Order: sequence, then C-alpha cells, then structure tokens
Amino acid sequence: MSEIRLERIVKTFKDVRAVDDVSLTVAQGEFMVLLGPSGCGKTTLLRSIAGLEDIDAGRVVIGGRDVTELPPRARRVAMVFQSYAVFPHMSVFENIAFGLRMSKVEKTTLTRRVRSAAELLHIEALLDRYPSQVSGGQRQRIAVARAIAMEPDVLLMDEPLSNLDALLRLEMRAELKRLLNEIGSTTVYVTHDQVEAMSMGDRIAVMRAGRILQLGDPLTIYQTPVDRFVGGFIGSPPMNFLPATVRDGGDGLRAEVQDAGSLRLDGTAAWLTGRIGQAVTMGVRAEDIDVVEDGGADGVLRGRILVVEPLGSHDLLTVRLGESRLKVATRPGIALRADDPVVLRPQVERLVWLDPESDRALERPASAA
Amino acid sequence: MTRAHTLETPPTTPARALDGPPVPEGPPPPRRKHTWRRLGNQALWYAAAIVLALFIALPIYLIFVSAVTPEADRYTYPKAIVPSALSFENISFFLRASGVVDAFWRSCIVGIITIVLALGIGAPAGYAIARYVFRGRDAYRLVILATRAFPVVILSIPLAVLYRQVGINDSVLGVALMHTTLALPFTVLITSSVFVSIPRDLEEAAQTLGCSPAQAFRRISLPLALPGLTAAAIFTWVLSWNDVFAAAILTLRNPTLPARILSSLTQAPLHFQFAAAFVMLVPSLVVIFIIRRYLLGLWGRVVK
Ligand SMILES: Nc1ncnc2c1ncn2[C@@H]1O[C@H](COP(=O)(O)OP(=O)(O)O)[C@@H](O)[C@H]1O
Ligand SMILES: [Mg+2]
Repeated sequence: MSEIRLERIVKTFKDVRAVDDVSLTVAQGEFMVLLGPSGCGKTTLLRSIAGLEDIDAGRVVIGGRDVTELPPRARRVAMVFQSYAVFPHMSVFENIAFGLRMSKVEKTTLTRRVRSAAELLHIEALLDRYPSQVSGGQRQRIAVARAIAMEPDVLLMDEPLSNLDALLRLEMRAELKRLLNEIGSTTVYVTHDQVEAMSMGDRIAVMRAGRILQLGDPLTIYQTPVDRFVGGFIGSPPMNFLPATVRDGGDGLRAEVQDAGSLRLDGTAAWLTGRIGQAVTMGVRAEDIDVVEDGGADGVLRGRILVVEPLGSHDLLTVRLGESRLKVATRPGIALRADDPVVLRPQVERLVWLDPESDRALERPASAA
Repeated sequence: MTRAHTLETPPTTPARALDGPPVPEGPPPPRRKHTWRRLGNQALWYAAAIVLALFIALPIYLIFVSAVTPEADRYTYPKAIVPSALSFENISFFLRASGVVDAFWRSCIVGIITIVLALGIGAPAGYAIARYVFRGRDAYRLVILATRAFPVVILSIPLAVLYRQVGINDSVLGVALMHTTLALPFTVLITSSVFVSIPRDLEEAAQTLGCSPAQAFRRISLPLALPGLTAAAIFTWVLSWNDVFAAAILTLRNPTLPARILSSLTQAPLHFQFAAAFVMLVPSLVVIFIIRRYLLGLWGRVVK
C-alpha cells in the first residue's frame, strides 16, 4: 500500500498527445477514479503508471520510490486489463498463481494465497477449470483475483466492468467496492462511466484530451463542475445550462433568462455584482429545480412542457424555456402533460455560474465561498 | 439497454416464454421455415466438405490401389476400384532399388533441418512483424513475398556454381539451406499472423506479474502460438519433401527422394512409378496426422 505521485507526465503517439502534462497524487489506500470520454488518455496514463508505456517526460513515484525507469515487473503494481487478459492455456488456479510463481513464493503460501484470493471473488469452485470454460463475468473475477493475489502496492484497473452486461455490472460494482475497501490497497480505476466513477471513487479525476480538468470528491465535482464539459459529462441527465444576464433588480441581484423570467439571487451570489449587465451561463441540476404552483409569483421561470418521462423513482420533464431546453426531475406522478405551461423555481444556492465565452466556471472570490 | 439490444438481433429462437400458450389458429410459427433453411445450409456444408475430401483422398487412394495391384491384374481394364489382392511386390522392389532408402533418409533429414532453420529464423521475424511497429514494416512484408516472384530457374546455374565454391554442393545441408530459403517467406507470414492473433495484453499482463519480456514470451505467447507454429512446420515439411527442382540441381550422388525418383523412374513402368508415389506420400501423411492430433488436442483446450 503506497502513495502514487505522478509528476508532469507527457506521452505522445506520433502527433497525438495522449497524456499532456498530467500531475496527480493518489494517497495511500485511496480509490482514485480516472474518468473521461473514450480516447482522452485514461488507459495511456494507467499504463504509464504500470510501466507498460515509455513516457516522454515526467516522473512516476510509487511509495517514495522513483520507478520511472523501472520495468513493470519491478514496480510492485498489479493491473486488471479491460480485456481481462487471462491466460487461456492455464487453469484458473494457475492463472491466479502465475505472479506468485514468478516471484518464487513458497508452495504452501502460494496455495493459501491463491485460495484466499479466489474466495474473495467467489470463484473457488472454478479453480480447476480453464478460462474457456467459464463465463465472461467469471473471467473478470479471475483477472481481479490474479491481481490481488500479488498483494501489490498499487492496484490498477482499466474499465474492468465495461465488458459485462448491465445487471452484472451493477452487482460487480458494489462487490468490487467492498473488496477494495477490505484489502485497502491504493487503487487507480479507469472508467468512462460516470455513474461507476461517482459510486466507487474516493476522488475522481475528470480527464479530457490528455489533461485532468477537475480533481475532487464525487459530490463536489457533481455539484460544482469547473466547466461546462464536466457538468455535462457527470450526472444523468447532464447539468442544464441556460444563458442568462446579471441585472441589478434594485432589491438585489437578479439573473434574467430571456423570455422566461428572472431569478432573485438573494445574496447567494453577491459576488456576481461585478458582472452586472453581462451575459453568464447558469448551470443547474435537474433535481435542483422545483415545480411550483403559478401564483403569479416573482423570481420564477415560466416555460412549457415538451415531454414527460415517468421513470418510476421520479418523472423527468423536458421543458422549453425561451430558446433553451431544460431537464427537470420531479416526484413521480406529477399531474402535468406535454404542452402544459409550467412554473419552475431553481434552488438558487445550488446554481453554478459560467463564463459564456470560455465555458469555465466563474471564479467566486474566496471570501464569498 | 440490454433490452434494446435483444430487440435488434434477429429472432433466432422465438422466445417461447413470451409467446404464452400456443394459439390454435393464426400464422404458423416462423420456426419451421427457419429449421428447413438451416437443414439446407448444413447439407450444403457437408456436400462441400465431401467434395473437398474426395478431391484430396481419391487420387491418394488410386495411387494406393495402383501400387498394390498384383502383377496378374496390372493391365485389366477397367481398373478395379478395390484391388483383387494386396501385393507389396512393387513397393518392396522399389525400396530395394539402389539408393532409394538412402535417399528416403536424406529427404527426412533435409526436411528436419529445413523445419528447424525456417522456424528458427522465420518465427522471430514473424514475431517482430506482428508486435513491433518499425519504419518500413509494410515494405518489408512485401519484399518478403517478392522473393517468391523471382523464378528459381534463373538462379539455378549461379546457385550451383556458388554451392560448388562454398563446398556444400551435393550435400544434405546444401539442399536444406535452399529449402529454408524457399520456405522462409511463408514461415514468416504464417508465424506473424499467428502472433498477431495472440493478444498483446496477455504478454503485458505477464510482465506486470513479474515476467521479463523474454519470460512473458516463453511462458505465454510461445505455448499459445504452438498450434500455429506446428502448422508452419507442416507446411515447411511438405515444401521440402516435395521439392524436386532445387534438389535435382544441387545434388548428384546424394539425391533426396524426389530427385532420386526423377532421375531413375521417368523411364520405369507405370506401376513402379505408383509404388514410388506411394512411398513418397506415406511419410507426409504420417507427419501430418501425428502433428494434427497434437494440434487438435491443444486447440481443444484453448478454444471452446
Ligand atoms: N499505441 C498507440 N499508438 C497510437 N496512438 C495511440 C496508442 N494508444 C493510444 N493512442 C491514442 O492516444 C489517445 C488516448 O488513448 P487511450 O489512452 O487509449 O484513451 P482512453 O483509454 O481514455 O480511451 C487516443 O487518441 C488514442 O488514439
Ligand atoms: Mg481505454
């Protein structure tokens, strides 16, 4: 169990900067998720930690030891590949034992460690089989068992659940989380599935185009994305973004949404004073918007419902608001239908403000935070 | 998500559970037509397989019959499909002819040396092409094939002269070197496609589990490549065993079996030629059957 420190890692393939000056520290025992769309460099970064990729610049330090120049076998890392990479010509037992045999672990210890790894993943009944005789989900367990049998300093996982079907994925997600909690290893976990990232990670590093855009705990990233990309990538449905203008309403700051109304900001965003008269982008989560009775109230947004999707746990409304569309999550069984007018009151303290030019979150002065 | 997926795939087997109890009237279930088509497909497959098998097996069988037909029935017409009696006089006469047994062993040795050399050189080259991206890789692949576009006939005189100068003319090693040269383009291409089919992940996983690259190759890729490498070996063996041309140019007193047959049997009666053909065939068949058994054993375990 060790801390991982990545310092200014660069990796270029021909003209693609797969990893572009990434620095990241993963604390001992932490579960770090690398999250990002396909092709953003997650795998390349993970392979750089494992030593499978020759990095162009930067340093990899594991447990205080600079391993940048060391081959994979000397790094004390274990990796679970997206393809599982179980060895087809070896029995399940031999697969799990492979790394232990390579490091010449004594026989009784080896058997004990293989068995306990297999038990942790509930595959002890399969030890005599060959990989071609087990299911995809079981192969995935073999790959994880093989990695944890090594008792590595660092566990690296590349989209380990992406090849499983939806139900199995849900089940394995919880099980992996329990397992990794139990063995308490330092883990770097790659995924493009934001739900997986949210549910499993201690912290998430959101990546795009070879860079880390935002690093933080899941809830912080969910509630206060640093830019439009992160807000849109995390959460289902994605965060709503509305063009708005900051106004001085006389009794306080207001955000005016064209053809829909204006919100009273009530001091929650007093730091926007400097932006009076300017355009901003307002970010709001679907569940942070309340549908209210139309009492001719002030400080609400008026729109028209386009679609109502009953999802069981909640209803998802698509609302047309001026020129924009907005997703709103309400309690199930709401008595509204398509084409009905609707009055919305976003929870102003949950709003996120972005610069419409750069699409980056506006800096709120430290004092106002 | 999974539901959408199952809806998109063609209904291979109608979901019985969803159908509920069978309705007496209504359109016939789509299953029947489907079964007929599948039967038709299967029949076609089998027919094709039978034609292919006959294409190979029939000539072999006819050679066998002609080789073992006793002297009395030799010129009956039409020829009997089943020999009236088994007679090995032709074959034993052929085997007792001077130099045939020596030539037979020489051919075996040449074949073995050729396999060792062609795989020893070709497999690493195939591995390099499969695993490493290097400048000029595609050109290299083409050039390998281009060597086969060059007719060996043109090379024969300079080759004979060169062999004489080096002192490997009329020797087993000389023929094996020539066969290796002829076989190499194919061994390189076959082995490279074998290694391409073995996921790189496997070797990398082995490396993270404590292997050096060489160990990862020996413990993972090599065993997995074995069936493919054996196929390449069979191919090399057949090529070497069947070669007449190079052997005829490069040997004089120490010919391989085909060269021996070519020099002495062109004038011989037909039944001796068939006997010779049969003797030529048997070792190849034996080698292929042994290796194939081994191959299937290995594949059966790796592939479901
Ligand atoms: N071996 C390689 N050769 C060339 N380009 C590569 C290679 N591996 C990855 N890339 C490129 O690097 C970028 C990042 O890839 P990757 O790390 O696999 O992304 P992710 O895992 O996030 O989907 C992609 O543009 C990909 O095409
Ligand atoms: Mg990837």
